[in-house]
Amino acid sequence: MSLFNFGDSVSPISGPPSALEYANDRIFRGISWASAFMVIALTAFILWEVGRQAAPAVYAYGLDFITGTEWNVNKGAFGVLPEIWGTLYSSLLALALGGLFGIAIAIFLTQDFIHHRLSLVFRTVIEMLAAIPSVVFGLWGIYILIPLLKPGAEWLHDQFGWFPLFSTDLAGPGMAPAALVLAIMILPTVAAITVDAFHRIPYKVKEAAYGMGTTRWEAILKVMVPTASSGILAALVLGFGRALGETMALAMLIGNANQISLSLFSPANTLASLLASTFPEAGQLEVQALMYAALVLLAITFLVNVLGQLVQQYTIRKFEGK
Amino acid sequence: MSTIDLSADTAERPLPQLSRQGLEARALKSGVLTGLTWLAAVLAAVPLISVIYMLMVQGGARLFGSGFVEVLTGLPPAGFEQGGGIGPAIVGTLAMVGVASLISIPIGILAAIYNGVLEPRSWTANTSRFLAKVLTGVPSIMAGVFVYAVLVIHWGYSAWAGGIALSVLMLRTVVLAAEEAMAQVPQRMKDAAYGMGCTRTQVIWKVVLPTGLPGILTGVLLAVAGAAGESAPLLFTALFSNYFISQLSEPTASLSILIYNFSGMPFPNQIELAWTASLVLVLMVLGFNILARLIGQPKV
Repeated sequence: MSLFNFGDSVSPISGPPSALEYANDRIFRGISWASAFMVIALTAFILWEVGRQAAPAVYAYGLDFITGTEWNVNKGAFGVLPEIWGTLYSSLLALALGGLFGIAIAIFLTQDFIHHRLSLVFRTVIEMLAAIPSVVFGLWGIYILIPLLKPGAEWLHDQFGWFPLFSTDLAGPGMAPAALVLAIMILPTVAAITVDAFHRIPYKVKEAAYGMGTTRWEAILKVMVPTASSGILAALVLGFGRALGETMALAMLIGNANQISLSLFSPANTLASLLASTFPEAGQLEVQALMYAALVLLAITFLVNVLGQLVQQYTIRKFEGK
Repeated sequence: MSTIDLSADTAERPLPQLSRQGLEARALKSGVLTGLTWLAAVLAAVPLISVIYMLMVQGGARLFGSGFVEVLTGLPPAGFEQGGGIGPAIVGTLAMVGVASLISIPIGILAAIYNGVLEPRSWTANTSRFLAKVLTGVPSIMAGVFVYAVLVIHWGYSAWAGGIALSVLMLRTVVLAAEEAMAQVPQRMKDAAYGMGCTRTQVIWKVVLPTGLPGILTGVLLAVAGAAGESAPLLFTALFSNYFISQLSEPTASLSILIYNFSGMPFPNQIELAWTASLVLVLMVLGFNILARLIGQPKV
């Protein structure tokens, strides 16, 4: 019977793979596995290599490196407490400002304040802000922002000089312009992740709130924001992580001064800008110390980012039930 | 009798006022907050507008003036010298972004194929996806520190080192974006191909990659745009040079480092060139960004 004889009727476009195709498949899958594994290997290699270079300094200075306040190559004294302080202080200031504006903009874009099309345009503008290179913001900060801030800073220092935040004058570069530029730079990150968090909330949640007779802002503050809270938290943590590692704009604006001060107008330094400004001319001993500083920066940003990722994964699971 | 008199109850309680009361405290609060939100949105756009305005005014004078050929091809000026240009920096940036793209795009897309299509639930995929996300948050200067430790210490500053540092940064973006693009390919299209007797490799080459191409290209172009604007990883890998590169194994200029170096100089000519270089860099980065958006738009 030829009715069930598939052997002849198998058309050339569909059929079992040939031995060559099997071999190709194996090889290709092997190569793509190797590529995926490369991301893991690269991360491990970065940690290992920076750790290995920093090892002599870690043995030599130990924990004094983190609590020391002096960076002097000639004396062989290396301490990064002022840099750690500057990194955390500038990032917290930036987070307070950038976070507030970022969340406000996310609410503005998602809660029907403007027409859908217009909100897309606005979103693109915010994303363009994220695309502007760090050095360009640095240049803008030096020649636009600092001259703009100076009169105000002078007045604040004259009137409220007793208040720790205004205890010094803004002589040029300093904490305030650095933190402001940093806030502008993390704003798109915070806004984008918060917008995603709001988009995850089903529309009927808001309709239910309106049905209860809430005003628009009662719906936002009492229903939408609490529902999106874990997503907003992830946005803030990841924005903070970005601020911690931002380098060039800070190296240009913060003044690279090795001091711990609460004043918004005094120059300071951060770990990343210490690396940027010192590395190119460093000798061997200083390079080892800088590697240690890099390790400290890596540890701080790693912790913050892993935390942010975990919060974000938790959010996604909560809403998508994965 | 236990009959409840309903009429008395309804008579005592008037219907609540259901129409909107504009002057009620909660309505006022809502109005004020709406105003503040508008203010925040407008304020957030001010820096972008200011940056673009300054770039056009300060940088545009040189770039769109009569001397634009000299600006785009000339060597950077020294000290009190007038004129000059940013030619070596443009070439250097393009060369290093090129090196970075050649390394990171193939590896990134292959890794994304594994993570997104071949074995999405395996240990390797989960770990590399998670680490790519964590790497996104690692400061870009760490790529420079890493490449300095691995390459620069042994072979000195070079365009190779700069390009490799940039490729570390591009890789994470390409992996995540390409995986997301391929996840958009409907399962039934893949199932149809499997049903025809395709191997997994054939499904990927003939179905997943062609269908996911716009999304993958968008991710790749955004990664390229990001790499072009980076400066921290180039500071001590490519260093800087005042001349055009003749080979990839020598210190190389880049637009971003030129801006950084010139921004602190006391000479007006250099500062003007820094603005011009910024304009060129922003046009390059935004150009890639807009291209990415145009390609990635859903074609419906």
